[in-house]
Amino acid sequence: MSTAAAVLDNPRIGRSPGHTATIYLKEAKYEFLKNLRLRVYSASVISFPLMFYVLFGLVLNSKEAIVGGTTMTAYLIATYGTFGVMGASLFGTAAGLAADRGLGWLQVKRASPMPPFAYFFAKVTLSMIFSAIVVSLLLVLGISFGGVRLPLAEMAKLLATLVAGSLPFSAMGLAIGYFAGPNSVPSVINLIYLPLSFCSGLWVPYMFLPKFMRQIALALPPYHLSQLALGIVGAGRHEPVATHWEVLIAFTLICLGVARIGFQRDQGKLYG
Amino acid sequence: MIATLDEKQHTRELNPATEVASLEGVSKNYGQVRALCGVNFTVRAGEVVALLGPNGAGKTTAVKLLLGLMQPNAGKVRVFGGDPVNPQNRMRAGAMLQVGRVPETLRVREHIDLFSSYYRNPLPLETVLAAAGLEKLRDRKFGDLSGGQRQRTLFALAICGDPDLLFLDEPTVGLDVESRRALWEQIRHLVARGKTILLTTHYLQEADALADRIAVINQGEIIAEGTPAQIKAQTCGKRIRCISGLSASVVRQIPGVTEVKEDREAIEIQAAEAETVARELLALDPRLSGLEITSAGLEEAFLALTQDNGQNADRQS
Repeated sequence: MSTAAAVLDNPRIGRSPGHTATIYLKEAKYEFLKNLRLRVYSASVISFPLMFYVLFGLVLNSKEAIVGGTTMTAYLIATYGTFGVMGASLFGTAAGLAADRGLGWLQVKRASPMPPFAYFFAKVTLSMIFSAIVVSLLLVLGISFGGVRLPLAEMAKLLATLVAGSLPFSAMGLAIGYFAGPNSVPSVINLIYLPLSFCSGLWVPYMFLPKFMRQIALALPPYHLSQLALGIVGAGRHEPVATHWEVLIAFTLICLGVARIGFQRDQGKLYG
Repeated sequence: MIATLDEKQHTRELNPATEVASLEGVSKNYGQVRALCGVNFTVRAGEVVALLGPNGAGKTTAVKLLLGLMQPNAGKVRVFGGDPVNPQNRMRAGAMLQVGRVPETLRVREHIDLFSSYYRNPLPLETVLAAAGLEKLRDRKFGDLSGGQRQRTLFALAICGDPDLLFLDEPTVGLDVESRRALWEQIRHLVARGKTILLTTHYLQEADALADRIAVINQGEIIAEGTPAQIKAQTCGKRIRCISGLSASVVRQIPGVTEVKEDREAIEIQAAEAETVARELLALDPRLSGLEITSAGLEEAFLALTQDNGQNADRQS
């Protein structure tokens, strides 16, 4: 049959934009459901920042304490909010990616017609949703028990800033996820995430850190995100907002570059 | 005429001579290890091809190349006449791979729903569940499934897009006899509907039961190719088994005997022609019992081929 050659010629059978959008949404929906049901993820990502806040912000603290120009309880929403956003993003992307890669599931998805970008979109969206949940819960706690008073517009701005701030750490998570093995990834994340948080002034407020650490913090992305958040609650150090965003964007691009190297290197090799 | 071809016509008009997937002179190395060496291999429309080989022979590498999961170091990989990485080709193919982990907190129907969404004309959920025998398990989380049920779910993910070309990498590993037979039935249904299937297995009976054509692969090369009958014919014809006091060395002297093995109390003899050998045995030992004469199976052919091929080819199974 003369049409046999034409048949193999592969006429462009594209997907409609509606179809593609459906795939992206479903991918994100199931990524969210999957992680929501995973107690290990959802409980720890949400509860750790809340626990720290309750302990250091509400219990071990008097409501009148002032730090950096605002109440301690408001201050800590910004810093633990940053901490929570980092955690949600790192664990949301790196852990899932490393496990999917190392144990063959990512191969099954790559072999399917799934648009590769949908996979990343789903992970980033997951990180953003959980970031939003953490920050919202911190705000609820702060307002209900910590005497925090913030205008609605400022709260919305805080939420938006921190959720946008999940993107650099999602990028970081992708970079980690492409190079770590599935068993080692939680340790790798914690080894990076916890010291990074401390040195950026997310636990002990920045002004109480020793001088040399305060210098180091200026180079750390979480410091910059927390400064943006602190600026909104009235405790910023009056540095130009643009600088902070520039650092975060540069950091995102570097991480995406690293992730891309990992993506190209990833030719079906399985790691333990 | 080319401009008016729609997708339904696309699949129906694949004539049997059409190459659906091929490896042309393909080599693939992992560092120093040569997984595939100048392999030429073709899958034609509507056939079931089994890629048969011991572990480490290169079967999974071949499948991964055909799925576009990696690039060959040399040669060309073609699926539907084009690059396997092309999403249009991926939308016409489905794959069942061996995986160590599948997200466990998603339900069976959710997994199927997600994979179905990638395709243009997926099968309805009920059809997929029925084909994979998962109707009662639709709401079960993947982590709560038994091994066999998990395999059936992976099979469901492979077929949910109603693909023209199906890759099955060791599909019945870990299944009990009943599930294995059920899966073979499903594969036969798919073939009857005109699908093309590439199956890898080290389970010889499976290749024998399902395949139109078998390619035996060992150490990165295809060492034999043909119908199951042709492959079986490549070894000596008959196997004779009996319980006898005769020693192996005596039996070896009988004309026509090519190999003798002792198996506990019995002797297993390979011979080109059964009747002369059997006559000689009965004459030599009147008290001989438990006489069985069968055709040498695929297993013998396979072992003979792979042992001849590699000087020190390890017997993995």
